[in-house]
Amino acid sequence: MAAHLSYGRVNLNILREAARKELREFLDKCAGSKAIVWDEYLTGPFGLIAQYSLLKEHEVEKMFTLKSGRLPPADVKNIIFFVRPRLELMDIIADNVLSEDKMHSPREFHILFVPRRSMLCEQRLKEQCVLGSFNNIDEYILDLIPYDGDLLSMEYESAFRECYLENDQTSLFHTAKGLMTLQALYGTIPQIFGKGDCARHVANMMLRMKREFAGTQNQILPVFDTLLLLDRNVDLLTPLATQLTYEGLIDEIYGINNGYVKLPPEKFSQKKQGEASKDLPIESKKLQLNSAEELYGEIRDKNFNAVGAALSKKAKVISAAFEERHNAKTVGEIKQFVSQLPHMQAARSSLANHTSIAELIKDITTSEAFFDKLTVEQEFMTGVDTDKVNTYIEDCIAQKDPLIKILRLVCMQSVCNNGLKQKVLDFYKREILQTYGFEHILTLNNLEKGGLLKPQTGSRNNHPTIRKTLKLWMEDANEQNPNDISYVYSGYAPLSIRLTQVLARPGWRSIEEVLKMLPGPHFEERQTLPSGLHKKRQQGENRTTLVFFLGGVTYAEIAALRFLSQMEDSGMEYVVATTKLINGTTWMKSLMDRPESQTA
Amino acid sequence: MAFITANWSPLGDTFYRKTELYEMCWTLRDGFKDSLVAAAPYGGPIAVLREPIRRSPSSRPQLDIFSASGVSIASLTWKSGPVVHLGWTVNDELLCIQEDGTVLIYDLFGTFKRHFSMGQEVVQTHVLEAKVFHSPYGTGIAIVTGSFRFTLTTNIEDLKLRRLPEVPGLQEKPSSWLVLSQDRQTKVLLSVGSEMFVLDNTSCTAVVPPGLSPQTGSIIHMSVSFSYKYLALFTDTGHLWTGSAHLQDKLSELDTKQTVTPKQMVWCRRPQSQQPSVVLMWDSLLLVAGLSNDTIQFALDESSVLVGEMDGVRIVGATRQELLQEVPLVCQDIFKIASMAPGALLLEAHREYQKSSQKADEYLREIKEQSMLGEAVRQCVDAAAHEYDPSTQKSLMRAASFGKCFLTDFSPDSFVSVCRELRVLNALRDAAVGQPITHDQYKQLTLQVLIDRLVYRQFYPLAIEICHYLKIPDFLGVSRVLKHWASCKVQQKDLSDEAIARAVCGKVGDSPGVSYSHIAAKAFECGRTELAIKLLDSEPRSGDQVPLLLRMKRSQLALSKAVESGDTDLVYTVVSYLKNEMNRGDFFMTLRNQPVALSLYRQFCKLQEPDTLKDLYNQDDDHQELANFYVTASYKEQRLETRVSLLQSAVDEFNKARNDFCAKATEDEMKLLRFQRKLDEEKGAGLQGLSLQATAEVLLSLGLHKQAEQLYRDFRIPDKRYWWLKLTSLADKGDWEELDKFSKSKKSPIGYLPFVEVCMKHNNKYEAKKYVSRVTPEQKVKAHLAVGDVHGAADVAIERRLDAEISAVLSRVSSSDRPIIERLQRAAAAKK
Repeated sequence: MAAHLSYGRVNLNILREAARKELREFLDKCAGSKAIVWDEYLTGPFGLIAQYSLLKEHEVEKMFTLKSGRLPPADVKNIIFFVRPRLELMDIIADNVLSEDKMHSPREFHILFVPRRSMLCEQRLKEQCVLGSFNNIDEYILDLIPYDGDLLSMEYESAFRECYLENDQTSLFHTAKGLMTLQALYGTIPQIFGKGDCARHVANMMLRMKREFAGTQNQILPVFDTLLLLDRNVDLLTPLATQLTYEGLIDEIYGINNGYVKLPPEKFSQKKQGEASKDLPIESKKLQLNSAEELYGEIRDKNFNAVGAALSKKAKVISAAFEERHNAKTVGEIKQFVSQLPHMQAARSSLANHTSIAELIKDITTSEAFFDKLTVEQEFMTGVDTDKVNTYIEDCIAQKDPLIKILRLVCMQSVCNNGLKQKVLDFYKREILQTYGFEHILTLNNLEKGGLLKPQTGSRNNHPTIRKTLKLWMEDANEQNPNDISYVYSGYAPLSIRLTQVLARPGWRSIEEVLKMLPGPHFEERQTLPSGLHKKRQQGENRTTLVFFLGGVTYAEIAALRFLSQMEDSGMEYVVATTKLINGTTWMKSLMDRPESQTA
Repeated sequence: MAFITANWSPLGDTFYRKTELYEMCWTLRDGFKDSLVAAAPYGGPIAVLREPIRRSPSSRPQLDIFSASGVSIASLTWKSGPVVHLGWTVNDELLCIQEDGTVLIYDLFGTFKRHFSMGQEVVQTHVLEAKVFHSPYGTGIAIVTGSFRFTLTTNIEDLKLRRLPEVPGLQEKPSSWLVLSQDRQTKVLLSVGSEMFVLDNTSCTAVVPPGLSPQTGSIIHMSVSFSYKYLALFTDTGHLWTGSAHLQDKLSELDTKQTVTPKQMVWCRRPQSQQPSVVLMWDSLLLVAGLSNDTIQFALDESSVLVGEMDGVRIVGATRQELLQEVPLVCQDIFKIASMAPGALLLEAHREYQKSSQKADEYLREIKEQSMLGEAVRQCVDAAAHEYDPSTQKSLMRAASFGKCFLTDFSPDSFVSVCRELRVLNALRDAAVGQPITHDQYKQLTLQVLIDRLVYRQFYPLAIEICHYLKIPDFLGVSRVLKHWASCKVQQKDLSDEAIARAVCGKVGDSPGVSYSHIAAKAFECGRTELAIKLLDSEPRSGDQVPLLLRMKRSQLALSKAVESGDTDLVYTVVSYLKNEMNRGDFFMTLRNQPVALSLYRQFCKLQEPDTLKDLYNQDDDHQELANFYVTASYKEQRLETRVSLLQSAVDEFNKARNDFCAKATEDEMKLLRFQRKLDEEKGAGLQGLSLQATAEVLLSLGLHKQAEQLYRDFRIPDKRYWWLKLTSLADKGDWEELDKFSKSKKSPIGYLPFVEVCMKHNNKYEAKKYVSRVTPEQKVKAHLAVGDVHGAADVAIERRLDAEISAVLSRVSSSDRPIIERLQRAAAAKK
């Protein structure tokens, strides 16, 4: 079912199985038939852990979405609320419980808090006089969710906003807890590196928690050699840029949500003979994207310009495989061919899907608008005219292009210029307020608070130094057969990944100067291992680093890390963890404030 | 060695032995005269209450608690009412059952714990007799009252009194009774004369022991075995009947020739017993009556008490204590005179070996010939476990070790574990510790319980030694000991907080599994708040620190600990506690010192209490946020006046925050709102709430050019954007004439390519073409291509000779149009 999780260097299926076991145990605690009332936000992340079939096996008969008022009728013994510990949700639950028909056959109520139970919420339930109505109040510790064979995500959308705008470090606490769980399953990670305030905070909490867990310490040979904690605000630039890998573009254009993408249906209509072609499916096509699909695993991290070639190569391989049947003479050969048939058919339908997706994307990437935008982005990244008002942005505003696109570009310019001149900044801001409405003043204030948008202060623009030292721009990026991570943005090498790369070799000491220019402290901590658990490394055996992006990571960055893992001489394999998979658009959205929506 | 069998007495085909355990450490003035005595099984403590029924008001009874070896643990003067019975619980708590039905519970150290009553009616009728019994449910108490009714509880920890049914016609005290725990039921078995009854929850049933002839007389004493399986009855004619406790089978009947009621009657069995027996005690006679009608008689020279154990009977006297038990089979095999068992031979071989005699070899050969060496070693190891005397243990273990040398694949596990266990047992049996438990009892009790018992008796160092010696994981062993020790330590009133904290932290250190908060809670219970706080400092788990600190009303400290933990839920919890606890001013001040808590509280307020949020910002003089707050608030208002006045407040705050841009932008917004309202009222334009750009668009689409113009000036809309705006608006309306006029009004700041493109967007090629000529040369190719004029584009491109432009045109030329392609290619080539 989730075999792709166990293919990687680290078998992440262990984590998934642990999570599933805990879920089953909780469900069995509530004996009899049950209905689950979902906090809608949780359904996506839960889908990565357990399908409906698992719930069904444990007598879950109905599922509802949490909303005020009376619960829909269901002839079940147990009603279980799966919720995040949030006060507003408690009020809804209380409302549900209070409006329950007392005359009706009594149903038992339970709450499962994800990822952690909260005294505050229980207090709230108590104030609403419903706390006593619950037979079970439990927590389901789901911090790090296995997303793919080398990828863990907390699916915690608001982490960046909470940390940098609201000074609310809840997500960091969950991060630290999640890392403790991970260490319980995969052994203590002996080395911790980090850069940024949040990274420092998480490391501190981990070391503190280690003391709490003392004694129950596991005797597991460490799977990870190093943990690298990186604050998103160390590298604000990367998510702003348009990702140019296949997976990155799918995410930029259609948005990948909890591992699924919804695509326009036109290209996917099953063209069967005799069927009228006008019957196009109206519902969008939903596809799951992960390494379980062999072809996707091969092309996801390629620069989009190399995807076409890969697909046609694959097409040849598949049709050649089908041709094999003509060569099959003996019964044995035919039998063998038939046994491979399902696999080949799956490969063929996968190829068809991705060819369709690639066509959809190509329509966009070959458009002039896309090209113009990319040109401007690359100008910013190479430091061309970053201190002046950019006419392209100006035109885009005048033509009322989507606000998020504008914000991404303006922020990018600001980051690449280490802040904008007051006059330039004010100009952009005024343009935005006049065109898109005054309410966005709150969003602009947020962006300033988050450091994405800022006036240039007295100090020198140090971005060129950073760019040069870390080689963030590679003039001759090879998109087809990459030799450097810069291929993921066709020239721009993501800063975050450069930091990771330098850490592995030759080490951060070589870039002390640059590290000082980036926000927040950098540090190294060691965790002592119980004696006897020191790894004896085989000659040529790779080391494994867990890179944790606090505040989100993009698919292009992951692609870059996978590229580094595969480089023959890197000697390092990477597993990625993050609070949430982001792209410039979703990230920007999470930082926006829309006061009007509050009245609704 | 030769004397090992000296204390053996044959009983039927087996042997019994009486081993001396201790010379008692106590000095009892008159022995057990006029005393109530309770001795707990498994080598537990002994309680002695002297003269429980007061003779005169001046003499008060004395209650003493001793270890099994007679070391005094506690001594106190009894100040409560007359006591009928004493008994020990499984947790080593002393139960004192008073005449009035009150049960007082004391701990091992004579500290009063609590009390409960066996029922109201007993106060009047009094308790005639009481018994303490143990069952899987815990420790129970049964009483018979002055009105000859039975009441019992099966577990004193979960007190449920059960009044048993009346025994029909019972007019006097039953001649004997006891409590049976069978088939998960607790029953009372009683005898009245020669009749017997079983009382359970609902009924009273007459029973007849099978095979007990009526002429044997009335039953005056009865006893049930340790496991509640076997029953012994003693009649006034001196007959002893034994059988199953279910009264289904008879085992034996014996005439003891004693007609006086025995003082005590106890079963003596052991696991795999060959010959169980009943031990009866009179003033100066101890009779061991085997089931084979064989008996052993011992003379008693002092008043004693019998304590039934799972594998024997302890005889506690005023000066010494002995263990009477059936000799374990393996010991019989080895030590029986002229035994040829392999173990016996091995022991002999080793003895000869020590004497450097060649006979050693002969014995060994003999064992080996029968291939019994493994068995011999096993026997020696097993026998050693059952021996009480260390020197016997040693000689057996040495023999085993000797035999092991000649075996190649013998697992040393049992040898090693028995060695270890014997060391532990010998340490426990030491008179100073006073826990004379046998190896079988040790196995039954489990090590865990044993350590708990040591801890409970405050033998901490020994407990820790044992944990270390037996290599018990810390959190199961040492940590539990330390935890108990520390909880006890904090109650020492004569030591200063400082000293105790230092001692506790020093000893406990970072021991896994010891919860400082648990220790601190103990300290707090004893009223030592300061000490508790000191101890809490060492608690790594903030989740545990915080609730206790709150309970101790150290809310500020709780807050900083919560913040330290990083657990935001914990912080919220403390904050909401503080909010209810403190007045608003103090609350805010407290938060000010804890930025993390403050920002969390702000988040809370943002969702739950917006007004409080304002106060918070006000207190901190955070003008920027205050301004944002007003802006947000303005959007929640419907009425324009209120909105504007909120925005005015925002302007004031932005000014205070020296955010000139925002202040100006907000002022503009106010101006815009007023402007919109004016037009809405005048023209019904529906502008309210639109952005400046959208407003202008609407105005243009309504043909209100003058007003749009006014906006352009008043709000200083940049030329470029205004031109774009006007261009698209006019095109949207299809007002081409006006567009043309507009294009000529002055030189376009956005050039003319947009004109071309916008016209094309509306599929107006005719209008688009008008503007192509005015496009700057750089954009001309694009313009031509936009209107689909490939030839024009080619001309320009060839003229300008730019690769990019040429190839752009080439990509648009249809392949049939050879001449142009050639021209373009030529131009491209010429350039090179």
